[in-house]
Amino acid sequence: MILETLLVSAPDWAVRHSTVLTPIVPLIVAPVLAMSPSGRLAWLLSIATTAASLYFALLTLAIVQSTTGGVISYHIGNWAPPVGIEFRVDSLNAMILLIVTAMGFLASIFSWPTIVAEISKEKAGLFLCAFLLCFAGLCGVTTTGDAFNLFVFLEISSLSTYVLVAMGSGRDRRALPAAFDYLIMGTLGASFYIIGVGFLYAATGTLNMADIAAQLPALAGNRSVQVGFAFIIVGLGLKAAMWPLHQWLPNAYAYSPSFVTMFLAATATKVALYALIRWLFTIFQPDFAFEQVLFSWVLAPLGIAAMVICSFQAVFQTDIRRMLAYSSVAQVGYMILGISLATAAGVSAGLLHLFNHALMKGALFMAVAGVCLNIQGTTLRDFAGLGRTAPFTMTAFAIAGLSLIGVPLTAGFISKLQLGYALFEHGWWWAVLLVVFSSFLAVFYIGRVLQAIFFLPPANPSKHRKEAPLLLLVPLWALALANIYFGIDASFPAGLARDGAVAALGLEAFR
Amino acid sequence: MWTFILEHAGYWAIIALMMISLYIAFSAENLIKRLVGLSLFQTTICLFYVTLGKITGGTAPVLLPADMPEHSAGHDASGAAVDGHLVAGGGERVADLVQLYSNPLPHVLMLTAIVVGVATLSVGLALIVRIREAYGTIEADDVRAIDIETALAQEAKLENDLKEATA
Amino acid sequence: MTPEMLIAATICLPVITAAGIAAAGKFPNLREGITLIGAFGLFAVVIQLTLLVAGGARPELYIGETVPGLAFAFKLEPLGALFAVVASGLWIVNSFYSIGYMRGNRERNQTRFYICFALALCGAMGVAMAGNLFTLFVFYEVLTLSTYPLVAHKGDAAAQRGARIYLLTLLGTSIGFLLTAIMWTWVLAGQNLDFVEGGLLANANLSPVVSSALLLLFVFGVGKAALMPFHFWLPNAMVAPTPVSALLHAVAVVKAGVFAVMKISVYIFGDELLYATPSREFLMGVACVTIVLASLIAMTKDNLKARLAYSTIAQLAYVTLGAMLADRAGVLGGSLQIAAHAVGKMTLFMCAGAIYVATGLTNISDMKGLGRKMPLVFIAFFIAALSIIGIPPLAGDWPKYELMQGAIDAKYDWVPMVLIVSSMLNIAYLLPIPILALMPPPGTKPPKEFKRPGGAPWLTVAAPLFTAALCFVLFFTVDNIADFLAPAFTSVDIDPEVNLP
Repeated sequence: MILETLLVSAPDWAVRHSTVLTPIVPLIVAPVLAMSPSGRLAWLLSIATTAASLYFALLTLAIVQSTTGGVISYHIGNWAPPVGIEFRVDSLNAMILLIVTAMGFLASIFSWPTIVAEISKEKAGLFLCAFLLCFAGLCGVTTTGDAFNLFVFLEISSLSTYVLVAMGSGRDRRALPAAFDYLIMGTLGASFYIIGVGFLYAATGTLNMADIAAQLPALAGNRSVQVGFAFIIVGLGLKAAMWPLHQWLPNAYAYSPSFVTMFLAATATKVALYALIRWLFTIFQPDFAFEQVLFSWVLAPLGIAAMVICSFQAVFQTDIRRMLAYSSVAQVGYMILGISLATAAGVSAGLLHLFNHALMKGALFMAVAGVCLNIQGTTLRDFAGLGRTAPFTMTAFAIAGLSLIGVPLTAGFISKLQLGYALFEHGWWWAVLLVVFSSFLAVFYIGRVLQAIFFLPPANPSKHRKEAPLLLLVPLWALALANIYFGIDASFPAGLARDGAVAALGLEAFR
Repeated sequence: MWTFILEHAGYWAIIALMMISLYIAFSAENLIKRLVGLSLFQTTICLFYVTLGKITGGTAPVLLPADMPEHSAGHDASGAAVDGHLVAGGGERVADLVQLYSNPLPHVLMLTAIVVGVATLSVGLALIVRIREAYGTIEADDVRAIDIETALAQEAKLENDLKEATA
Repeated sequence: MTPEMLIAATICLPVITAAGIAAAGKFPNLREGITLIGAFGLFAVVIQLTLLVAGGARPELYIGETVPGLAFAFKLEPLGALFAVVASGLWIVNSFYSIGYMRGNRERNQTRFYICFALALCGAMGVAMAGNLFTLFVFYEVLTLSTYPLVAHKGDAAAQRGARIYLLTLLGTSIGFLLTAIMWTWVLAGQNLDFVEGGLLANANLSPVVSSALLLLFVFGVGKAALMPFHFWLPNAMVAPTPVSALLHAVAVVKAGVFAVMKISVYIFGDELLYATPSREFLMGVACVTIVLASLIAMTKDNLKARLAYSTIAQLAYVTLGAMLADRAGVLGGSLQIAAHAVGKMTLFMCAGAIYVATGLTNISDMKGLGRKMPLVFIAFFIAALSIIGIPPLAGDWPKYELMQGAIDAKYDWVPMVLIVSSMLNIAYLLPIPILALMPPPGTKPPKEFKRPGGAPWLTVAAPLFTAALCFVLFFTVDNIADFLAPAFTSVDIDPEVNLP
């Protein structure tokens, strides 16, 4: 409904170029921010930019939904693919693009108070410049239809992410080694990806994803295709924090500025996961003989291991951000498990969980950021008794936490239920039990925090504690209410996920 | 067997380099050394791509006059979507060329990759400078030890604060 | 009002009441007034709906799907109507009682208490009227979460611990088993979760192994039914203030559990499939073991509320037993037990609360001779105890009769033995309490003075007397209830006659 009116009212140039404008606008604005004389101006500009990107993303989604076939193909500089670089959007990446831009928009709104508190007003312009670069990179990864172009955007976002993570050193110097480790691991991941692309290029002679996909069936059994495939999966898996390639994530999330944590948790791994889905399904088809084996016996155990092991690790963390970081890895496990089914129901459940996870982790980390602003600490002890002094922040935290557990009437419940259905349909009832067990662990680690918040007296009453600023509360509650709304009427995200799965497995969409 | 190995000598060298650099990136305790390993790894990727682009006997990929006039006509007839005489990428069109050219695309790609590599290196070095400022060392194990120490000290301080607050 | 609006009203009224209570939090009299108005309003609506159901109508309300296949739908049938009437009717009694208890005891956070109470009622109504498994599950969890703050009300370490066990057990079993079972059902039944007369899975051609596993998942997944070994949350929940134990842990929460078991066995499995499911007999065994073991444990407890809690566990297993008998008398007996036990056990809990408010005593051994000072309370206790034991002319007599009848019809001769043993154990652990209080053995020290001047607030005495009177009323109206319930078991035709003398 809203999308249609948007499409009708949009100017012609916006409709024609929306796909490419989504990443390009922040990319152009970013250097301007770096030169901005005032931090506040830079902040307002960054909000405007992310809002513009969000607008273009919505427009893209509207176009994708309204065209037959559901594919936008945009040729950069009018060079036709496979030679020119193509931006190609179907239902799958339109959905991811919406998540990224929406979370980026909300994140940029609340960035100001955290920048003031954790970094400094003078550095705000540079900081937001890095943020916009990261944002642009993520949008680019999502929209591009060119394998090498994807690498470039991936590196744009990663390099700025390292910088953003390192900015946490003002609060805790452990951010620096964390950023360095992330840099090593992230660069290795991207390098693995590019090696894989090289192997595929050697075999197919093209870099356009659709073209690679078209040429692969003829190359079944080709050794360099298989090697390239393995390299790409490992590289993207590293970026997506697929177990056991997730070691960089907990430290990076725990020590970076709270704004960065929120943004990364809601978007970065999602985008890498999208790229993984794109490669697994639309470029290599699931019926690719050796990929079948990979699905059942590599991806599923990895997903399950992430779900169970990282949930366990989350239970034993005392720092809330570390706990949530481990929980993120576990949630990625759910998505991997859904994807590993390689059925429409499974992939759509994985995508739905991806959408919902962005909502709940965004809200959770935002609430943690609110706590961080006031108490300079994020241990369980710092949270004790906050329910009385900061009821609004903490209620939103509780809603998102319940959604993470998968309590009915929250978004998390719907996606876990869908995942369960998909698993049962596939006959993997044992996997359902493990999903359920992992959810039960979530009851433990979230319940522990909620109990501290609402039922324990403050550990150190002399510490200053109050509600988070309004700038933070508004986006926080937007996310918390979205968690409830999409738990009651999930038709919008479920529709997106279904279309996305059809496009991913799909059959006509990407060829 | 031997011919296979020898024919791919370049690739073997690349793989060996890759393994060595990967090992350095993972195992070195000195942060600079790790970064060196990483850079080396990226450089081997460049080598790998460039090797892919090499065609035996091929010359630099700039169209020679011999190839220009007749082939532009041929492309239009084959219905290439783009005004095609500048394009020498796809399979059958290469066969039409008189002169043998190396594939230019991997080189172009690696130009980008080199830029990325330089950026990564500089960010990494900047981080090392900051680590050195904050910790006074660039040995990973020392940094870890200092972290553990400070964490313990913080814990003790918190306990202290708590006692004072409750007292 | 149309039936749709009535159903919507049952769900919304408690929520509106909760909002009103929150708004009026600063003014205790207004706040309690809103609670009472909400309770009466809810009861009136439920009665209207029940009359419709008695007239043969099946009011339905379809709200919409969250995602395809997961619809919010409500449909009231006789079983649900019975549960709704019991829960909403006793909410009125309990609201009066709560006012006396909470004020008499000077509890903190009373506003939160009343809000959560109203929300819990919303959960109970949702469970009663659910039209499919999804809706049932959603409101089941609403009930769990809204009662957690009530259990943790006191806020001290013991309350924290009890509440944590409460939440983890109920959430764990429901997410772990019930949700799994629901997802499995969805797949087995061809993407459908509706409650269907005759059983949703009746035509699904399940193998005995699958249906056995599914039944086990369902029955153990409904942790609120307190079947051993998932019963321990109930004694732990006794840290809650007594009105909570009275309404929630004798009526709404546990009854929601056994009601869910009943509903699943009738409308998801259906009699034929249930009869052919091997694990049914195993579950009957578990229920019987629960009955006997819980009664034995109850005898060892000196804390009055703990003894009542174990008694509840034992009495609830009757309902599960009835459902698993899968014949008409069994199911009818189980349903009657929902109503009869609710009235009786609620009386007992309210008496325990009145004693606590007046004297601060919680241990049975300290209550000898107390009946001289609070005769009305102990008389109510005595009547309710007799009802639980199953002595005519009190309500608790009929369920036991029906269950024995059903068991004998189904050729389970050992079941009546268990029931008789259970009744004897009931006598042994319940009757000594009022008898020793009213007629202390010679030489007992006279009880101390009341802790609270003036003894128990009159509301806390009147409420149990009222429910004790209800025990008599239920005995004589059981025919009507059986007639009312009969349409629910049209498909359960193993024994077509209603066996009422």
